[in-house]
Amino acid sequence: MNKLITISQSPHVAGDFTVKKIMYSVLIALLPALAVSIYYFGLDAIRVTLIAVAASVLFEYLIQKFLIKGKSTITDGSAIITGVLLAFNVPSNLPTWMIIVGALVAIGVGKMTFGGLGKNPFNPALVGRVFLLISFPVDMTTWPTNRFALLANPDAVTGATPLAILKEGIKNGEKVTDLLSQIPPYLDMFFGNVGGSLGEISAFALIIGLIYMLMKKVISWHIPVIMVGTIFIFSGILNLANPEKFADPVFHILTGGVMLGAIFMATDMVTSPMSKKGMIIFAVGIGIITVIIRNFGAYPEGVSFAILIMNMFVPLINKYCKPKLFGEKA
Amino acid sequence: MLKTFSKGGVHPAANKLSADKAIEILPLPKTVTIPISQHIGAPAKVLVKKGDSVKVGQKIAESGGFVSANIHSSVSGTVSKIDNIVDASGYKKPCVIINVEGDEWDENIDKSKELKKDFDLSAEEIIKKISDAGIVGLGGATFPSHVKLSIPKGKKAEVLILNGVECEPYLTADHRLMLEKAEEILVGTKILMKALNVDKAFIGIENNKPDAINHFNKLVENYEGIKVVPLKVKYPQGGEKQLIKAVINREVPSGGLPIAVGAVVHNVGTAFAVYEAIQKNKPLFERVVTVTGKSVTKPANFLVRIGTSTAELINAAGGLPEDTGKIVSGGPMMGKAIVNTDVPITKGSSGVLLFKDKESKRQESQNCIRCGKCVSVCPMGLEPYLLMNLVENKMWDELEKNHVLDCIECGSCMFTCPSQRPLLDYIRLGKSTVNKIIRSRKK
Repeated sequence: MNKLITISQSPHVAGDFTVKKIMYSVLIALLPALAVSIYYFGLDAIRVTLIAVAASVLFEYLIQKFLIKGKSTITDGSAIITGVLLAFNVPSNLPTWMIIVGALVAIGVGKMTFGGLGKNPFNPALVGRVFLLISFPVDMTTWPTNRFALLANPDAVTGATPLAILKEGIKNGEKVTDLLSQIPPYLDMFFGNVGGSLGEISAFALIIGLIYMLMKKVISWHIPVIMVGTIFIFSGILNLANPEKFADPVFHILTGGVMLGAIFMATDMVTSPMSKKGMIIFAVGIGIITVIIRNFGAYPEGVSFAILIMNMFVPLINKYCKPKLFGEKA
Repeated sequence: MLKTFSKGGVHPAANKLSADKAIEILPLPKTVTIPISQHIGAPAKVLVKKGDSVKVGQKIAESGGFVSANIHSSVSGTVSKIDNIVDASGYKKPCVIINVEGDEWDENIDKSKELKKDFDLSAEEIIKKISDAGIVGLGGATFPSHVKLSIPKGKKAEVLILNGVECEPYLTADHRLMLEKAEEILVGTKILMKALNVDKAFIGIENNKPDAINHFNKLVENYEGIKVVPLKVKYPQGGEKQLIKAVINREVPSGGLPIAVGAVVHNVGTAFAVYEAIQKNKPLFERVVTVTGKSVTKPANFLVRIGTSTAELINAAGGLPEDTGKIVSGGPMMGKAIVNTDVPITKGSSGVLLFKDKESKRQESQNCIRCGKCVSVCPMGLEPYLLMNLVENKMWDELEKNHVLDCIECGSCMFTCPSQRPLLDYIRLGKSTVNKIIRSRKK
């Protein structure tokens, strides 16, 4: 044989698990929730999602090409996910230019500043979302009612989310038990017939996505289950202590961004711990901070802040949560 | 529930293309190139010189220390030269090159095929004979077998574990041997049990080889103390520590040897070689080698004389395919890519694996996405991503503290990495550097 052969170290074979596959599996898992938001919010849901995705991909492409001057990374799918998640975290009537600003912050500040995929300490979509929330608090907390509610009551173009109703009511000295009668039944909330950000409304659709990702082994169950479990238990304890001041645990896990955060944001590989032990600490931390912000803080919702705060602890958690060494002395 | 090891592991595609191909005797080559260092430990000392005539089974190089092994001629003929030739490691090593003339065996070797069950030797005599026969671990690690059988003072072997796992994809040499030479392996096992003074032996076989499991299950009734343990398929179950964990649920301590938990592990191929050495006076000069690959026309298992060139095996399996891009000695997970087809078969060669051009190249690596897969698949409980990071930053002390030396180089981390990062390349570099630092400390 007169040709050169490859010499390389073992292993000589690789598994079929690739970054692209992970990213596109996550995107598939996001589809049920997208379908639900299109069903309830109509064309606006498509507008917000398309703009967020297009802007995220475009900003990543431009930054990679002109600032980092490296090989384009947009085909790995991660910018698309950031776009979709950003869209999922804003109201469906958010002005287009704000979405573009959000995408710029998410991709530019949240991701590319640190060196792109894998290097960012914070979840990029949440960085974008929190930036928008702080910069445009009114637009970010004015929730359009869904198409069906609008048909029933054409004047109510916007409405408060259950969490906002609760926060506002408590501030005015009302009892939680009375306030709960103003919010939709839990079954409606479970399937998505409730006000809120684009992608967070239907726990049902998000859980379908979770099951798909678990089947594809993209994520493990630890973070979503433990985070939701912590919120349930902690808010349950508060509720038992004083049901007039604190809402019940089912309310807390079905409202706001808990499901979206637990299933798609906190599980972001890049910004969550490596070991199972670390994941448990991380998820418990998010749960506790969320409940504290919701019940004792100024904001009605705390999932985004809780995840970003715990993102900061990930390097520390990784440092101290080592896997058990084979043959380690007990 | 079938047994397996608990921590980590991956499931590479099995690709056992030659599993139903009976062992064929490879025709004698015209020359053989026999390296004098085919084992872990000191190289052997050459006993022959140019022009000497040798017989099959004649000792041509003598063990160069306790951790070393004798080398025997695999053919009869004339020593044409002693020269440095590239072996599977990629380095030039001293080799004895012999021109083959006829096939005249040393007269002490019993060439009959009949099974000889009874033996009447003491443990010391068995170990001496195994050492004389130049037997080393045939699973690929090539650790001299007599060393493993000499239990250090103060330690006691409780159980012998026979490794019939063959967890490397593609390879079927052990599988075929278990089907075709089961009784011999069992007698060899009894001999090893005697040498270790243990009354229990387990044969670990993964359940993707049900024929071998059934075959042994039928035969073990006649061999007291030997039990077959079917194992759930998982790579790297053939790793010594993983196999001990799977079979007897004991963890060899970090940095320790199997004897620390009372276990000694030998490959089934080694047990067969022990049988031949003790019962037939036959030193180790041939072994079963799988020739395989998706492009190979006739994947096969050959009984090959040590020193035969890789090219002979490839030719016998239908020739070298046009689009061959890589030739590996051993399996795809831990085997070594060889530099040309002249590389000789040695005691540790379990397979010759051909990859097509497009299977040969690695994918371009991307940023680590911190998915933690490498951590979850590491069978030793290490953090491969961190080790690679520490090597990149030359943080050798941290590397040592993070147990880099516990790495068994199974390649599970790199196999599973979605970003195709060269984790094991870096970890190997880290291991050798840390080893150097530790050695310099002792001076």
